Amino acid sequence: MSFSVTEPSKRTKWLAGILVVGYALITISPLIWIIATGFKSGPDSIAYPPKMIFEPSLEGYVNLFTERTRATQDMLETAGPPKTWYDQIARDQGTVITGPSRYGARFLNSIIIGFGSTALCMLLGTAAAYAFSRFRVPLKDDLLFFILSTRMMPPIAVAIPIFLMFRNLGLNDTHLGMILLYTAVNLSLSVWLLKGFIDEIPIEYEEAALIDGYTRFQAFYKVVLPQAATGIASTAIFCLIFAWNEYAFAVLLTSGTAQTAPPFIPTIIGVGGKDWPAVAAGASIFLVPVMVFTILLRKHLLRGITFGAVRK
Amino acid sequence: MIDTSIDKAAKATPVGLARRIRGLSDRTIAWIFVAPTIFLLLAVNIFPLIWTIRLSFTDFRVNRPNRVVEWVGLRNYERILSDPDIWATMQATAHFLIWTIVLQVLIGFALAFLINKKFKGNDLWTTIIVFPMTLSPAVVGNFWTFLYQPQIGLFNYAVTFFTGADPASFSMIGDVHLAPWAIVIADTWMWTPFVMLICLAGLRSIPDSIYEAAECDRASKWRQFWTITVPMVLPFLMLAVLFRGIENFKMFDLVVQLTGGGPGNTTTLTSIDLKREAFEKWRTGYSSAYAVILFVTVFGLASIYVKALNKVKER
Repeated sequence: MSFSVTEPSKRTKWLAGILVVGYALITISPLIWIIATGFKSGPDSIAYPPKMIFEPSLEGYVNLFTERTRATQDMLETAGPPKTWYDQIARDQGTVITGPSRYGARFLNSIIIGFGSTALCMLLGTAAAYAFSRFRVPLKDDLLFFILSTRMMPPIAVAIPIFLMFRNLGLNDTHLGMILLYTAVNLSLSVWLLKGFIDEIPIEYEEAALIDGYTRFQAFYKVVLPQAATGIASTAIFCLIFAWNEYAFAVLLTSGTAQTAPPFIPTIIGVGGKDWPAVAAGASIFLVPVMVFTILLRKHLLRGITFGAVRK
Repeated sequence: MIDTSIDKAAKATPVGLARRIRGLSDRTIAWIFVAPTIFLLLAVNIFPLIWTIRLSFTDFRVNRPNRVVEWVGLRNYERILSDPDIWATMQATAHFLIWTIVLQVLIGFALAFLINKKFKGNDLWTTIIVFPMTLSPAVVGNFWTFLYQPQIGLFNYAVTFFTGADPASFSMIGDVHLAPWAIVIADTWMWTPFVMLICLAGLRSIPDSIYEAAECDRASKWRQFWTITVPMVLPFLMLAVLFRGIENFKMFDLVVQLTGGGPGNTTTLTSIDLKREAFEKWRTGYSSAYAVILFVTVFGLASIYVKALNKVKER
């Protein structure tokens, strides 16, 4: 290695490394704790001192997906011996399963609304971003700023009239309503990000295509779209993460059919007291996909969180 | 000009046909592409905003649709601005806003500075540090109540481990003095990586040649830090503060799940208070005025700040 005055010394590197790794371990511990608690039994989860080493149990996951009730003696007699492994786990806690919980449905809602709004947002966002990037749109800068400023409003403040509007249109607590809402909220991010990505594609490619007799539309989807694919993909993941995580609108505008997981998870309670393993199990299933996405996105993360203001 | 056969063919083609061959005009396409986005934003953002402003001058209540709605002029605004409870809420918000920004800037910058020392495996550890930022604040906030449990919580256990205090003797979210700090800690845990990432981009944008030149001039490392590193990272840092400022001014999900605004009103941030007025007390007109005041505050503060940011950038 050649000598350089800007290259930190070995000792500096070691020291920096130790400090950063120390911080990383502290910062990751609550997440590990969530995942670990999901695999604990009820008593283990509330033991003092907190149990670092424990016997793994699927109690949390079984409780998450089922409704149970405290078993009485004659209930156990009529029901007979437990039929399945999850029946067994419920019986071990002194409860019987009465049916599936609503978690599955709420999780499915999160998937439908998340992917639905992302798809719609990408469709509208890509088109708008392309127009802003390539054409002379009247009042372009004002429109772009207007799009950005919609993100500054506190969700609760906009929620009042949206609540009224949705009630009049019959969109309250529907998938369509939530998809439209999340699309609108995400459009600002996607237009700004995608415009940046499309700006980076040399305009000469399209000009060549136009000279070869392509129409604008053809040039758009045969030349620009493939080139912007990475940018579109990472923008889509950002939109998905937002819709996936959103809570304020979800808790105010949905209560049943279209309720997503974030407002539901905190309401999970067990038979007699808060069932922390079940909450942790629900949170784990919900959070882990986002962690995977974060790893996929890490190259574009900075750009996404700053609306394309910082590119690298 | 020489008439080539192509030109002749072009002139002979009727306009309509030519357009069909070339497709729609750019202007039309631009409108087709932009219109849906603008329409949706108008419908979901601007229309509600105008509606909010209109409602803010009335005493409308959503839960009593048959009552005659009266026009009350500026009375809602007067009542809000003279209400000591709302000023207390604003103070809670300011406490939260200032401390989260201070802590996140200090820790975030320090981390970025250390990561920029390019030790082995810094990419992996950066990704791990970034995790909390992309998670659902409501779900995370809900789980932090578990970490903050007296006696059994991991946080109290860690404090006991380092200070020897009895883990059952304090409750982060039950104590009026500790709760405002409980939300600051959780938010800092979640959003420090955001500031870190932006600072890191700033640090990486500084060319090595500047440091080399400084080294030739025998500037000390300390001096290099204050005259090169800090001024060059400053615009990035200010951008990070802008984003965090806006986000934390709007803060709702994390805190509402963590403390629900309690104990008492110690962690009732403006968004939480607004939610209570609008969706629990159903004072729609009053809360609309409240919402308008919040808009104006965010936009006002943000635009002053952006002006300052641009000045720093120009330097």
